[in-house]
Amino acid sequence: MAQTLLQVEDLHTQFYTSRGVVRAVDGVTFHVDVGETLGVVGESGCGKTMTALSILRLVPDPGRITSGRILFRGADVTKMTDEQIRDFRGNDVAMIFQDPMTSLNPVTKVGRQIEEAMTAHERFTETLARGRVVELLKRVRVPAAESRVKDYPHQFSGGMRQRAMIAMGLSNEPAMLIADEPTTALDVTVQAQIIQLMKQLNRELGTAMMLITHNMALVASLCQRIIVMYAGRIVEEGPVEQIFQNPQHPYTWSLLRSVPRVDQARKDRLVSIKGLPPDLSHPPPGCKFHPRCPFVIDRCKVDPEPELEAVGVEQVARCWVLMRNVSEENVEAAKASALSKEAAEKLKAPEVGAAEVGGSAGG
Amino acid sequence: MAIPIAAVEQSGIDWEVPEEQIGLWQDAWQRFRRNRLAVLGAGIVSFLIVVALLSPILVHFGVLIDPFRQQVEDIQVAPGVGGHPFGTDLLGRDILSRLMLGSQVSLTVGLLVQFIIFPIGLTIGLTSGYFGGRIDNLLMRFTDIWYAFPDLLFVLVVVSVWHLSGPWFIQLIPIFGAIALVNWVGLARLVRGQVLSIKEKEYVEAARSSGSAPLKLILKHLLPNSLGPIIVTLTFGIPQAIFLEAVLSFLGVGIQPPQPTWGQMVNDGYEAIYANPTSVVFPALAIGFTLLAFTFIGDGLRDALDPRMRR
Amino acid sequence: MAVIAGRPRRDALLPRRLAAITDSRLGSLGVYVVRRILWMIPIVFFVIVITFVLMHSASGSPWDKEGGRQLSQVVVDNLNKKYGLDKPIYVQFLLYVWNAVHFDFGLSYQYEGKSVTTLIAEGAPYTMTLGVLAFSLIVPVGITLGVIAALRQNTRVDYATMGFATFGASFPNFVIGSLMVVVFSVFAYKATGGNFFLPASGFGLDDHLIMPVVTLALLPTVFTARLTRASTLETIRQDYIRTAWAKGLPERLVVIRHILKNSLIPVVTTLGPTFAFLVTGSVIVETVFSVPGIGRAFVTAVTSRDYPMILGTTILFSVVIAAANLIVDILYVFIDPRVRLT
Repeated sequence: MAQTLLQVEDLHTQFYTSRGVVRAVDGVTFHVDVGETLGVVGESGCGKTMTALSILRLVPDPGRITSGRILFRGADVTKMTDEQIRDFRGNDVAMIFQDPMTSLNPVTKVGRQIEEAMTAHERFTETLARGRVVELLKRVRVPAAESRVKDYPHQFSGGMRQRAMIAMGLSNEPAMLIADEPTTALDVTVQAQIIQLMKQLNRELGTAMMLITHNMALVASLCQRIIVMYAGRIVEEGPVEQIFQNPQHPYTWSLLRSVPRVDQARKDRLVSIKGLPPDLSHPPPGCKFHPRCPFVIDRCKVDPEPELEAVGVEQVARCWVLMRNVSEENVEAAKASALSKEAAEKLKAPEVGAAEVGGSAGG
Repeated sequence: MAIPIAAVEQSGIDWEVPEEQIGLWQDAWQRFRRNRLAVLGAGIVSFLIVVALLSPILVHFGVLIDPFRQQVEDIQVAPGVGGHPFGTDLLGRDILSRLMLGSQVSLTVGLLVQFIIFPIGLTIGLTSGYFGGRIDNLLMRFTDIWYAFPDLLFVLVVVSVWHLSGPWFIQLIPIFGAIALVNWVGLARLVRGQVLSIKEKEYVEAARSSGSAPLKLILKHLLPNSLGPIIVTLTFGIPQAIFLEAVLSFLGVGIQPPQPTWGQMVNDGYEAIYANPTSVVFPALAIGFTLLAFTFIGDGLRDALDPRMRR
Repeated sequence: MAVIAGRPRRDALLPRRLAAITDSRLGSLGVYVVRRILWMIPIVFFVIVITFVLMHSASGSPWDKEGGRQLSQVVVDNLNKKYGLDKPIYVQFLLYVWNAVHFDFGLSYQYEGKSVTTLIAEGAPYTMTLGVLAFSLIVPVGITLGVIAALRQNTRVDYATMGFATFGASFPNFVIGSLMVVVFSVFAYKATGGNFFLPASGFGLDDHLIMPVVTLALLPTVFTARLTRASTLETIRQDYIRTAWAKGLPERLVVIRHILKNSLIPVVTTLGPTFAFLVTGSVIVETVFSVPGIGRAFVTAVTSRDYPMILGTTILFSVVIAAANLIVDILYVFIDPRVRLT
């Protein structure tokens, strides 16, 4: 029986801006078990980062957590005192951020920055901490770790910085690590290395991980379960294989279609989800995805999304339509209409063409 | 974040709605108007301009007491006494009318000096940016050296050697020269930066490869882009200039009597400070608030013209 | 030799030993310092040339006392010979530069027989006292105010401090000085029947210092506060501050080691111009408060056309300002590890 480490219940995080109230996290409920890797996917602005920041109570002004519970090993994070929260951050749950270039203090040595993560929690003395820093850097495969400790962030390459951040996150052996787009700011070869590293660490340390990304490929290689977010809500959730093979929410379906595949015929063009994410201070009526949904029906424009319902073994989704109810022809039609007219022509007459990089995977 | 949505479209799939295209100047004007401090500053300045223009006329028609007349029996009277609304100074001259006349000098210096700074800064900046290479290097070194000379000291030195006598606007000429010489560096650097960034843009490359004269192209693109920052720089130069002139008058090396200037008045008042402190306070406040007004305007213009703040 | 990821091997053509020296940060620092010191020379030279040219382009000879008795030609000739004014101008210039390097700036025209150097030396202690006191007010007060305003952004504290700052910054030195005298000397005297007031002139190591120092320090303090506030606000928004909080660091550590250590860097760079401002400010403040320092001597020299004095003090001021800028630039290298010295 898997043990639940983190339980988020009906979390609402809102921003009070001059343009109105932005419901960044609009009633989100999920859990992370000990040792498991949960993927959180969605476009930029869908609320995944805000959810993570809420867990650590790092929501920036003018936002705040307005309701809900965040239970870590039973204790409610939203009700913790400042002392307790300090203890919690970086120790029970650690977070690593998207852009390693800007996430490290440019005027302090890297070794010092990792060290202070440890000494702040009084788990290690200074000398012990210093020694451990070198160990940690070696663990994350930073070459020449002993001398690197005295370097400044600008002397590290992008990949090395991210490794240093991972080392920093793991320094206190947290029960859970939240990784927010850990590879987006890196180039492709480095990305692969980091993914390898994370897989390895997960095996070695058994740390639970919440992996936030819009990169489906990353999710496929690292996660056991995923939740799909859109406009501040979870629209689908389930085990990775099931979601990939049988997505039930049109948004999940669209996301998966935008992933380039090696075995795809070259003439197949990639599909991007047309339109843009909604303005959360003035969301559209009805289902928030309906303006961009290829399978929209009239009900979607009027009624708000339904509750999450079971659509498979441990898989839930919220949609009036659900992919399993969409006919084959409609699916093909959707695929075709998402392409430009001339591309549709080309599909009928096989030709060599470059793949369009589609994907709403905006950074 | 997503683009703000102006209307709900039932049938629409596209939630993209283009922003209303407002011209830069209209947008800037709107933003300026919303900045209360800037508007206040503009109000004060307008008031001063009116005063400066009207005061000689008012004096001529006897509405204002003659600022040059020394009423020996009324030396250093407090405000309100003897028909002098702001009192008199140590020579019995009416302070209010002197104050009003003094605005002429301050405004003239502040505003006109910019007309001298503008061509100097523009030329040097343009030359430096356009030619680049060694000329640029040389000119930039030159400005660095120039920058090292503290402005007040330089102005004092120039004024000590070069002085013209005659009516006050003649006397102003060396002061103009000195102030302009000290303040052109900022504008030159700004223009140079703008020229350099334009040079790097692709269309200049394209134009050059197709043979058209890059100078014309640069000028054509320079003005609309950099007019904003140039105006802001010149606006901030106004209080600087007024300040320098006031210091000169205060120290006694600026415009000489009989033309009243605020700096002079502070100096005069200072000598009478124990007997009649208001003779210091009024001109001092006049200088302070004028500078404040122009600073507010400058801040307001800068915020209004800042392209990053456009929605 | 392995290429360490991210750190390319230095140009192998440079001889090893030299490379070892200049490669180290300390070595490059030395080179940098030397270069900057050498750069000061043309600056000072330029100042000397300009001022010298200006002095000698003045119309009329220094012996034409305006509105006074004309001196006889014999006396004028003798004076000219005594002050070396009968020699051709380039000779005068070279002589001057030679002497200047030896700290001899000639004799003052105003005070019979007194050398400029003496006059400067006499005024120096007063000016330096004011300057040092002002500086020690500006740095802590300015930075503290700026930090507080930033950390309590948009609260009343912020608006109050910054509003006051903008206000004070627009009023020139002599205006503030005069107004202070009005309030704290005249008004206080009248209000307390002569019991409590601040002296308006003269110098003494007592409450004579209060008004001049405050007047001198006010504007730079305001600038520093504003800059510190802006810089701190910008720093707080950075990602690495978020990282610091996420690590569970205590507030004190985050503020000092992460926020301030970064946000104070631009503030340090303005210390040079602040110093320059103090120098020019002293000219005004010493005049307003009748402090017998170099600044006031400069003003009297200007009004009485004492050219050697003007020349001497101008050079002194420029050298001092250039030196201050140099020190700040060097300091900057120590504070910001990202700075490349090549």
